[in-house]
Amino acid sequence: MPGRVHVIAIINGEKREFLCEPLQTLLEVLRDELKLTGTKEGCSNGNCGACSVVLDGLLVDSCLVLGVEVEGRSLVTIEGLMGSDGLHPLQKAFLENAALQCGICTPGFIMAAKALLDKKPRATEAEVRQWCAGNLCRCTGYDKIVRAILAAEKSM
Amino acid sequence: MAVAKYVCTRTKRKEDRRLITGLSTYVDDLKLPGLLHVAIIRSIHAYAKIKSIDISSAQKLPGVVAVVTGEEIKDKLGSVPCAAQIPDLKVPRHPVLAIGKVRYVGEAIAAVVAGDRYVAQDAADLVEVNYEPLAAVVDPLKALEPGSTVIHEECKDNIAFVTKTAAGDVAKAFREAEAPIIKQRMINQRLIPMAMETRGVVAQYQPGDKMLTLWSSSQIPHLLRTLVAGIVGLPENHVRVIVPEVGGGFGSKLNVYREEGLLAYLAMKLGRPVKWIEGRRENFLATIHGRDQIDDVEIAVKKDGTVLGLKLKVVADLGAYHQLLTPLIPGLTGAMIVGCYRFPNVSIETYGVFTNKMATDAYRGAGRPEATYLIERVMDLVAAELKLDPVAVRQNNFVPMNAFPYTTPTGLTYDSANYQNCFQKALEMANYKGLREEQKKLRQQGKYMGIGISTYVEICAMGPSSGMPAGGWESATVRIEPTGKVTIYTGSSPHGQGQETTFSQIAADELGVPFDDIIVQHGDTSTVQYGIGTFGSRATAVGGTAVYMALQQLKEKVGKLAAHLLKTDSSAFVLEGGRVTLKGDSSKSMSFFDLAQAAYHAKSLPPLPPKMEPGLSATAFFEPSNYTFPFGAHIAVVEVDPETGEINFKRYVGVDDCGRIINPLTVHGQIHGGIAQGLGQALLEEAVYDENGQLITGTLMDYAIPKSVDIPWFELDKTETPSPVNPLGVKGVGEAGTIGSTPAIVNAVVDALAPFGVRHLDMPLKSERVWQAIKNAKPRA
Repeated sequence: MPGRVHVIAIINGEKREFLCEPLQTLLEVLRDELKLTGTKEGCSNGNCGACSVVLDGLLVDSCLVLGVEVEGRSLVTIEGLMGSDGLHPLQKAFLENAALQCGICTPGFIMAAKALLDKKPRATEAEVRQWCAGNLCRCTGYDKIVRAILAAEKSM
Repeated sequence: MAVAKYVCTRTKRKEDRRLITGLSTYVDDLKLPGLLHVAIIRSIHAYAKIKSIDISSAQKLPGVVAVVTGEEIKDKLGSVPCAAQIPDLKVPRHPVLAIGKVRYVGEAIAAVVAGDRYVAQDAADLVEVNYEPLAAVVDPLKALEPGSTVIHEECKDNIAFVTKTAAGDVAKAFREAEAPIIKQRMINQRLIPMAMETRGVVAQYQPGDKMLTLWSSSQIPHLLRTLVAGIVGLPENHVRVIVPEVGGGFGSKLNVYREEGLLAYLAMKLGRPVKWIEGRRENFLATIHGRDQIDDVEIAVKKDGTVLGLKLKVVADLGAYHQLLTPLIPGLTGAMIVGCYRFPNVSIETYGVFTNKMATDAYRGAGRPEATYLIERVMDLVAAELKLDPVAVRQNNFVPMNAFPYTTPTGLTYDSANYQNCFQKALEMANYKGLREEQKKLRQQGKYMGIGISTYVEICAMGPSSGMPAGGWESATVRIEPTGKVTIYTGSSPHGQGQETTFSQIAADELGVPFDDIIVQHGDTSTVQYGIGTFGSRATAVGGTAVYMALQQLKEKVGKLAAHLLKTDSSAFVLEGGRVTLKGDSSKSMSFFDLAQAAYHAKSLPPLPPKMEPGLSATAFFEPSNYTFPFGAHIAVVEVDPETGEINFKRYVGVDDCGRIINPLTVHGQIHGGIAQGLGQALLEEAVYDENGQLITGTLMDYAIPKSVDIPWFELDKTETPSPVNPLGVKGVGEAGTIGSTPAIVNAVVDALAPFGVRHLDMPLKSERVWQAIKNAKPRA
């Protein structure tokens, strides 16, 4: 196996250095090397969105990105969403609207919604539904998730 | 009940803050020092002899700690358990790792343990299994035939069980039919539960005190403990099961799996902690599936649509081995086949059949969605045959509201209901008459709108122990701590339902303490008294009631202690605002904190009376006297594009009655998710095995679960008929949406296609199937 690679990236606003195998996915690096276990594994092949993170403003499935690919880039995970004043408006909206049940898809949904609202702060319901079609939830029927994202728009 | 401040309110969930910040701990988030990783070698054939297994290359790979096969453990580990008790049930051996033969694609054959997940997987690829493939038995109807290949040598055929029951005089009912007997074969297709968190197990063994700790993503920690102890041969009190945060179950984690026995064995063998996280493809192959019945229904009716009698034949594809409850699920279909309707003459034949597939077992609804689908399709078939309105057919057959408690011909006693009222509410919300007029107009414009109705009743709050394989009660301990904080211990270990919130609501009202002063502990068998688990829409109705009962005991003790401390003979105290106050005399009052301190210090003046024990806790085991029977009415309105067969929702209306509601937020959540899963069965989902027994819908690319774009807004309301079965009046709601929605949606599509002469279509109603039906149709004149 080749040697570990030294990577420097901005993760949740902080400069982080880490070593990783060239074949390790970003998801594995986050969870195993950086102990950021808020990002969850749902399928490991890009079909469920549970591991969604925001990389240089782009929504990506961290299971489809290699750890070494984040060299010199900026990454936001669920752990980086809270500001000094507490919960992010999306987190507040998920809480207020009870937009989760088992919670394992939730970090991915919140990151997906963040990527959408950063780009399109006044997304319509149809746009929200379309955007979130890459994130699967088996508990909620999506109703309250869509409501929460629309509510967060209003509060931001 | 005490003054309700939290119960019946939209109390935000305690659980959510840790979940939305990524701070919760699921099995995969556990890291133990010295942790080893397990990869499993699984069968690529549906049915084959294992001629040999060569593990030598795998053993040589650097980093590999152990490779185990069925041969090594066959005399050391017991069978994967099945709890079903059915007369003459065939229960073939269900080994932890295959011995001699494999019987479904994905069956575990061997396991590799290594220090790293990658190495474990690489080594697994080096294990060479030499198979002799055999012809797989895939079609359950063929599996039933004499002369079919027999999957288990120790059984004489593939029929795991047959049950036949009848009530009333079915032959007479069919003789007296005023219209041709309506017959229909319907397929309740095989589904994949697909919890977003796959299964996962971590096991650790301390040889010094012979203690095994097993972390597992499970709905039933205590039952798992008892049963895993049996598999590995440890005394039960040497096994501790911890269920951390669970990412959904839907019945798929109401089970004991091979991997739980395997990981326990490996931890004991190696003396190091081991971890296995199921991959998504493994989850599709080797976690239980749901439904999978071929159902033949015949129904005899009068001209006005009154049902006289019904015959049902169920052929249930059980898969290759029994999981925990596999053979019991089809029985629930027969039990609930009469739905909300009053007809006394029923006959039911059920065949449970082995095939070379993954086992079926309890998937959200577990036998009841199948029943509701059948009877609600039948009601529409009756309406179509007799040219009656499907609303009228249902209303004509409902069990009347003055008939409760109502004993069905299948031997169940429905607790309480008002079907007419609930249905009427749904019809008004949907503006049913208006919809029919709109439909007529649209048809003239060549647009195909369909209105689908389903009125359902389900069996919940499982259940009385007499009807359950391993106890149907639930337990709770409520402890007031020395500082007045409250801890609830529940056996109803949740996996997304929100018991930490609902049980705290109940306790906050009963004890008059702040909601935030209460926490709920669950899922650890070393801290929580024995319990049963969360499934069968039972957590609030049975587990919540146990909490309520423990609170009543505790209040009695609080009253006695307060009477003693406040020097009064009366023990009638009001618990409110964090204080304990004598009824009618506010001068006799003390804070909850002071009372708790006195109970624990046990030395305050005056000292505790001789018979009063120090401490403040109570434990209750609630044994329900009956099941509960929630009900509801769902109306789906769709439009079908005749050019493409695509189905678009126009409306979705539901009125559900789950008895008394503790928290509307969590109840709505359950209904929403349930409807989505029922929609999945109606329109999208189908686990397909090819003729060789290969699962060809083995990834999320091939097996479509509903996405945000597939789901309409839900228009929901309720009626609230309390259950007399428990003091909370709660019925249960976890499965209601799944049960109500599937027939409503299918009925809507078939209704839309009525102008094409379509009478029935089997699920899932993918656009190609709908398009084909339109293409093959001869439009009515």
